[in-house]
Formats: sequence, C-alpha cells, structure tokens
Amino acid sequence: MNFSEVFKQSNQLCKVSPDGKYLATCVQYRLVVRDVSTLQIMHLYTCLDQISHMEWSSDSLFILCAMYKRGLVQVWSLEQPDWHCKIDEGSIGLVSSRWSPDGRHILNTTEFHLRITVWSLCTKAVSYIKYPKACQKGIDFSRDGSYMALAERRDCKDFVSIFVCDDWHLLRHFETETQDLAGLEWSPNGCVLAVWDSCLEYKVLLYSLDGRLLSTYSAYEWSLGVKSVSWSPSSQFLAIGSYDEKVRIINHITWKKIAQFEHPATVESTKTVYKEVERRPAVAHSSTPRVNVLTNFVSLINSLLLPHLDEICSLPVQIPVVKPDPDRANPKIGVSVLAFSSDNHYLATKNDNMASAVWVWNMQKMSLEAVLEQTSAVRCFQWDPRHPRLALCTGNTKLYLWSPGGCVAVQVPTEGGFQVHSLNWHCSDNSLILLGKEQLCLCYMETDEEDK
Amino acid sequence: NPPPNRHTSDKNCEISSISHVTMSPSRQNNFVSSYLFPLAKSSYSVISAFCTEDNVLQCISYINQELASLGLCSTYIEATSPEGTGLNAVPALNAIYELLQIHRRTMSTVEALEKEQLKKSSTMELMQTSNTRLKDQLELSIREKSGLHEMERQLQLKIKTLQSCLKTEKDEVQKLQSIIASRASQYSHDAKRKEREAAKLKERLSQLLVDRKDKKLAIDVLNCLGRSDGKRGHWKTAKATASHEGEMYKSLLSDYEASQKSLMLENAELKKVLQQMKKEMIHILSPCSSSGRGATADDSQEQHHDSDGEEKMGDTSRETLDQSCEHAREQLTNSIRQQWRKLRNHVEKLDSQVSQVQNQLESNKEMIPLETHEDEMERMRCEVQQCKEFIHAQQQLLQQQLNTSFDDETAALLNDCYTLEEKERLKEEWKLFEEQKRNFERERKNFTEAAIRLGREKKAFEEDRASWLKNQFLNMTPFTDRRRCSSSDGHSALSVSNEPEIRMSSVKAQLAKSSTYTTFSTPRSSQSGAVPSTPELYRTLRLIPESRGRCSDLSIFSMGEDENSLS
Repeated sequence: MNFSEVFKQSNQLCKVSPDGKYLATCVQYRLVVRDVSTLQIMHLYTCLDQISHMEWSSDSLFILCAMYKRGLVQVWSLEQPDWHCKIDEGSIGLVSSRWSPDGRHILNTTEFHLRITVWSLCTKAVSYIKYPKACQKGIDFSRDGSYMALAERRDCKDFVSIFVCDDWHLLRHFETETQDLAGLEWSPNGCVLAVWDSCLEYKVLLYSLDGRLLSTYSAYEWSLGVKSVSWSPSSQFLAIGSYDEKVRIINHITWKKIAQFEHPATVESTKTVYKEVERRPAVAHSSTPRVNVLTNFVSLINSLLLPHLDEICSLPVQIPVVKPDPDRANPKIGVSVLAFSSDNHYLATKNDNMASAVWVWNMQKMSLEAVLEQTSAVRCFQWDPRHPRLALCTGNTKLYLWSPGGCVAVQVPTEGGFQVHSLNWHCSDNSLILLGKEQLCLCYMETDEEDK
Repeated sequence: NPPPNRHTSDKNCEISSISHVTMSPSRQNNFVSSYLFPLAKSSYSVISAFCTEDNVLQCISYINQELASLGLCSTYIEATSPEGTGLNAVPALNAIYELLQIHRRTMSTVEALEKEQLKKSSTMELMQTSNTRLKDQLELSIREKSGLHEMERQLQLKIKTLQSCLKTEKDEVQKLQSIIASRASQYSHDAKRKEREAAKLKERLSQLLVDRKDKKLAIDVLNCLGRSDGKRGHWKTAKATASHEGEMYKSLLSDYEASQKSLMLENAELKKVLQQMKKEMIHILSPCSSSGRGATADDSQEQHHDSDGEEKMGDTSRETLDQSCEHAREQLTNSIRQQWRKLRNHVEKLDSQVSQVQNQLESNKEMIPLETHEDEMERMRCEVQQCKEFIHAQQQLLQQQLNTSFDDETAALLNDCYTLEEKERLKEEWKLFEEQKRNFERERKNFTEAAIRLGREKKAFEEDRASWLKNQFLNMTPFTDRRRCSSSDGHSALSVSNEPEIRMSSVKAQLAKSSTYTTFSTPRSSQSGAVPSTPELYRTLRLIPESRGRCSDLSIFSMGEDENSLS
C-alpha cells in the first residue's frame, strides 16, 4: 500500500474522471487537473468565484464548476484549454448544477427550486422544467443515461416526469401516491423506478419505465419511516433502511419482503465482530517505523509492520448505543447508509444510533457477516468498484479496510496528522482518494492485497 | 290420689318386674324409683313370700335395718313376742305412716321432677329445633360466604385483567404519544423550514422588485460543441416521439424477457433437481421394500406405485420440454410428495420396527434383526446424505453449466445460422459480381477494340478529309480535272460523286448498324464506301446548320473532338 503526498483541496471537491485518467480538485477558486498515475498538474483553470460544486462530464472531456453564490457555472475543456463557457443564471440564483448523461447539457436548479434550466452546449438553446420538487433526491438519471426521472410538485400533489435525455422529450408524466415524495431512484437496469415518501409515512412505490405502478410496499404505519433506499447492482433487490433500525430487502419478482436485517445493541449471531482497539503508540516496534518513514511513499513491509488494530471479539458483543433526543426532528436513529458491494454479495449498513459500527450482511445467505466496531463514529465507507472490499474512515488518521478474508487498519503516513473525513475509490485503478478537511491524499493498493 | 292408683296397678306386677317399670328417662332416680315401686296387686303373695311365720323376727330385723337405712331410726318395728308371730302395732303403724309420708314426699318430688322433666324436655325440644334451625342457618350462611368468596375471587381476577389491559392501553397511549410527539416535531421542523424558505422568497421578491436591474440569464460560449455521440441533432417530430416510446417499450420488454429467461432456467433446474430427488427416493424405497419386512400387500402396492411413478417420471421428463405445462408441474410435485410420504412412512416403519426389536432385545431375543435393522438404517441414512450431497452438487453444477452452456450452444448455433445465411448471400453476390465482372470485361474489350477501330477510322477519316479538302481546294481551282485523277487514287471515299444516295443509304444502313455502341462495322469498307453528300459535308464544315434528323447519322463523324478539331 503506497500513499502519495498530500495536496490541498477545498470543499471536499475532488473527483476522478470517468475514464480514470485524471483527478480534478478545487482549491478555492482554482480548478486543478492532475494525471492520476503521476499526479502531475496537467491543467489549471481559474474560476470567477469560490467553487461550490465540480463535476466531470461523462466523456471525461469537460469539467463543470458551479459557483452558487454568484449564480455562475463555468465549463472547462481538457482538450482545448482555451475553450470557455460561462452560464449566468442571473438574478434567479443557483442552488444546484449538474451534467446530463450525454455530457452536452447542463441542468441548473434555480433558487427556491423555481425551475430547472436545461442549457445545451451544442445549440446554446435553453429549456425550462417547471415545478421541480425540493426534496432529498428529486432527480435521477438511469444508469445508461437515456432517461431522467424528475419529481415535481403541483397543487400539493406529487408527480414524476420521465424525460428522454436525447432530446428532453417528456415521455411520461404521472401522479404518485405519496404524501410528500422524498426521493426517487432508477434500478440499475433502468426498467423500474423506486419512489419513496418522506419519513412521516413509510411508503415505497415501484413504477415501471412506462409509468405503471408495479407495487407498493409499506412495513408499518405512524412511526417514522424510510430513511435510506438502495438498489442492488443486479436490480434483484431493493434495500430499504428505516427509522426503526431495520433494513428490509424487497425482491424484484414479487416486490415483497424476503429478508429483514435488524441492528440490535447486543450482537449474538454473526460470523465475526471486528473491534477497533486503541493501542498505545508507545509500543516499540510499531512507533519506530512511523517516525522513520518517508512521507512520500510507504513500503509494503511497513504496512505489514503496522499493528492490526482490529481484534476479533467473542460473541455476544455489546455495541454502544447513543439515544437520540426525542424532541428533535430527524432524530439520529435508524439506518441511514446502505451500500451494496459491486458483486452483489454484501450489503454494508450503518445505524445512526450506533454510529461507530458498520454492519456487513451476506446477501447470499441473508445473514450478518461481520460487524466492524470503531472507536469513534464512522464518517464514510465505500465499496471497491471491482472487488468485495470495503474502505471506511472515522475522522482519525487511519484508514480501515474490510474484505471477507479479514480486516486491516492502516495509518495514513503524513506529517501533521491527516484526518480522513471521507474517501472515494478510483473506478478501475485499485486506489483510494482520501479527503481530509483541507487536504487530499491518494492511497495505492497492491494488487495482491486481497490475498491478505 | 294418683299414687294409690299407681300402687294398685303396680301391685299386679311381680317382684321380678320391679326393675322394668316404665317411666320417663330420669336416670338419677331410677334405682330409687325402681325401688319405690315394687308394689303389685299380688304383693300380698309376695310379702307373704317375704315374711312367713317362721321368719318374722328376721323380717322385722331386716325391716328395721331398712328403716334405719332410710333414716327412720325412731320407729322400729317391734315384735310382740320373742317368737315373732305378732307385731307391735304402734311402731309398725308409725313406721308405715313414716313410710307413707316418705312415699308421698317422694311422689311429690317425682311429680315435680316429672314436671320439670317435661318442661326440660320441651325446652330441650325447643332447643333442638332451634339448634337445627340455627345449624341450617349456619350452613346457609357458610354457603353464602363461600359463594361470596368465589365472587370476590372472580372479581379480583377481573380487576387484575382489567388492570393489565389498562397497563397495556397506557403503554400504547404512551407509545402513540411519543409517535405523535416525534411527528409533531418533524412537522414543526418542516413547517419552520418552509416558512424560512418562504421568507427568503419574499425577501428576494422584494429585492427584485426594488432592484429592477434584472441580470439577464445568459450563456457565453466560445463555440458550440458537437454532440457527444457525433451525430447531428434531430428535430422533434411525431416520429421521434413514437421512436422514443418504441425504445422505451423495447428496453422494458428486453428486461422482462431476460428475467423470464432466468426464471425459466431456474424452474428447469429445480424441476430437474426434483426429478432427481424423486428418482433417488424411488431407488431408496424399492430395494428396501423388496427386502423389507412390510406386508406383501404393502410391497405390491408400493411396486405398483413405483411403476406408476416411473411411468409418470417418463411422462414428466417428456413434458419438461413443454415448459409452461401446469399439469406436468402438478404431476411432478404430486409424485414428489407421494414418494416423500412413502419414504417417511418407510422410515417410520423402520423406526417402529427398531423400537420393537429393541423391546424384544430387552427380553434377550433376536439380536440379529436389530443389527440388520441398524445396518439398514445406517445405510439408508448414508444413502440419504449422499443423495442430498449429490443433489446439491448437481444443482450447483447444473446452474453453472446451464448458465454457460445454454449461452454457448445457442450462441454458436445462432452464429452458425446467421453466418450460413450470410455465406449464402455472399456466394450469390459473388456470383453476380463475377458475372458482372465478366460482362464488364467483355464490354471493356469491345470498347477498347471499338476505340482502336475508331481511332483508326478517325485517322483514316482525317486523312480522307484532308485529302478531300485538298481536293476541294484544288477542285476550286482550275486544276480540278487533273486533281481528280490524282485524288481518285486512294481517297475515293471523299470524292464527290453522283452516287451519294446509294452510298448514303449504304452508309445510313451501316451507320444504323453502327449506332449501337457495341458493334462497329468494319471501318475501312464503310469509310471507303461512304461518300457523304455535299450538304452533309457542308454540314460537317458547319457551313449549313444541322438538322435534327440527320444529326444522328453524322454523329459518328462529328464526335466532340472532331468538331473541335474541325472548327
């Protein structure tokens, strides 16, 4: 495992291009594009204001930089650095900006969600979409980029519009049976749209691509409902995490629940529980390598010498629970993060009132595979896009990796302490991008890492 | 006086009847009373029996003793004479009088006692009745009490259940309250958020109204980009909408087809597994049943069923090809159930037999059957385990295989089909191509030949023309006659003669022939024979305008380059 040197970034804006060749980071109002393998700066662009959002186009040729305060969007070209494009939303303001899947249209959501403006970079034409809904996830593109689903609200009723991204033709427009639509998501095969209600009502609706209602699922009434929803990569399962600390798995044939995963405070039946244990750095053999190491590249031998900070606990294990304040809205309880591994075998979940634990479920056996308990609240975790390997971070200077073979904790070797706030896997290169508060660092895995 | 009556009545009793004089139960005075009523009418005889003339003195002494014992010591009976035949009357009478007094007194006491006894007995009766009454009352009240106890207990129970209900209701109320509270907090939070947003909106609106300097939204691009897929943009037409709909339905259909395919595969696999299971169950049952202890009737039944099963198996294996056959599916599941039931019964039978054998074993009989039983059981268990493992392994393998082989096979097959078609098409097209090539070759050859010929003809024509022109020029001079002779040497083609019509016609005919580009008549002969008339020649020399009709005839001669060269 090698670590690169530390670079500056601001706003946690650091993204790898879809083709995996370039890494774009934002530093205040500058956009820096580096080559992923050498980390040399290839291009440097200057925007007019501090960049709030940055996104690569799907063909990796253009980068969009949005400055919400000034209502501006600037687009830069990698092939032609002289090419420029500036979109000014004027006095109507800008709340969010994104690319369309073909990489030639930009969708800007104005302030107060008054409308969505679709700018075409091919024809400079503008089109408007009225009444978009301001909710958790009101817009979603299908994975192949051919359809866009948009949530709308008119006359106190929720609607969903399906657009063909080719020419922004409105394919379907239908009302949904939700009280207050909170989000929608396409299945990976692009044929089913999952729509869920706000947390005041547990309701998940499944619509076919042509607008027919396929099924409704509601686990219970009155108590707070759905907190997070995720499709499995094969579109076979829909995982629904709710405020009652349970995850329910729906299958795509009958759209009925086939499994229920609970997150009890006392774990009794699982394969393994990995518990992170704080070890004093005063242990002789572990401290010296860290002091002597060069900050640029840490050799594999060192990473082997670094202590495995996870130990396997014997069951039953108590997981620390933090009871949320009952008087506050959006209580910190319930399953808020769901992530399927890319091979569909595992599901990683996080329960908000047990924030220091990540639960890994085996989707083939529908049982709990492992529980990873850390010393502080888990901030971010993500599956490797190629292998069944989970990387997580808790805001300290360590990076944790779990795979079916075992668990590994690695110290990020930087001077001055690099606190890992979030992480992103590279799409193909077997490397991780670690983001701190104002810094970023790349971690290159060895290809035989999985054998560990 | 009742006492004398009684006395007299009593006198009739014998002395032996002294003891059983009936009276009211008063035990204390019994012996006295029995003693006091000895007198019967035949008492004389008794008394005389008591006292005879012989034993007077003894009697007197005895009586005196008795009197003394009674307390009448002062009145002793005395005998008149020592012989004892007579009595002193006075003491005797006194004694009698005293005795009578005593008797009277006793009688009165007896009366009193009797009265009292009666009274007492009546009170006792009263008491008894009241006692029984009270006892009854007591019993009744005890029963009532127990009844009340029972009621109380039931009520207590009811209270308990009601309390628990109340508790649960309270809990539920609390839960609902907490839910309401959380919902209320969520609502208020949302409402506040919306209010804040509305406030911002109002602010912005007011700002805009005040501001008026509306910053127009605009895009400033250096140059327009091409589409990412390189194609040109399309107009939005009805056809485009229809095509979008079509695309959408196509993708939906393909997804459904894929899922249906996978489901059918799964079904086929599962059916295969079930059939395998059934086969193996039959297999397990059939050897066991033949060597088993079951009744022959049972066996025959099983055999029949087995054969039936085999038959059915054959049917279902055929019918698996017809994948959507409900009947086949039902048959298969029914037969599986049947076999399973048989297997289970068999195992149960074996179990019971084992237990029987064990019982027998306890009485020290037949060790051998148990062993064989056990062996058989073990064997069966092993077999079942093996079958299970086998099924599992088969399942996995089948899954793998089917998933790949299916695709490979059909892919290969399909490819073959497609390529076959293409190959055929290609062959045909090659044939055509070859033909056309040949044709083209032929034509080219002809063309080249014709071109060569034409070239030669042209040359010849040029020469002729040149000579003719020369002749003309020379003819225009006075030296025409001389020149004619010389011109007629070789270039008779251009010599103006009087046979132009005939020649013309021949030329025409030849020209008509040669109007088709593929064939050219022999140049020399036509050229030598062709003698154009003067107007033709003038026309070629552009001295007179061409007429449409004749144009074609001279088109051979007036080819583009020639004209240019002429002019």
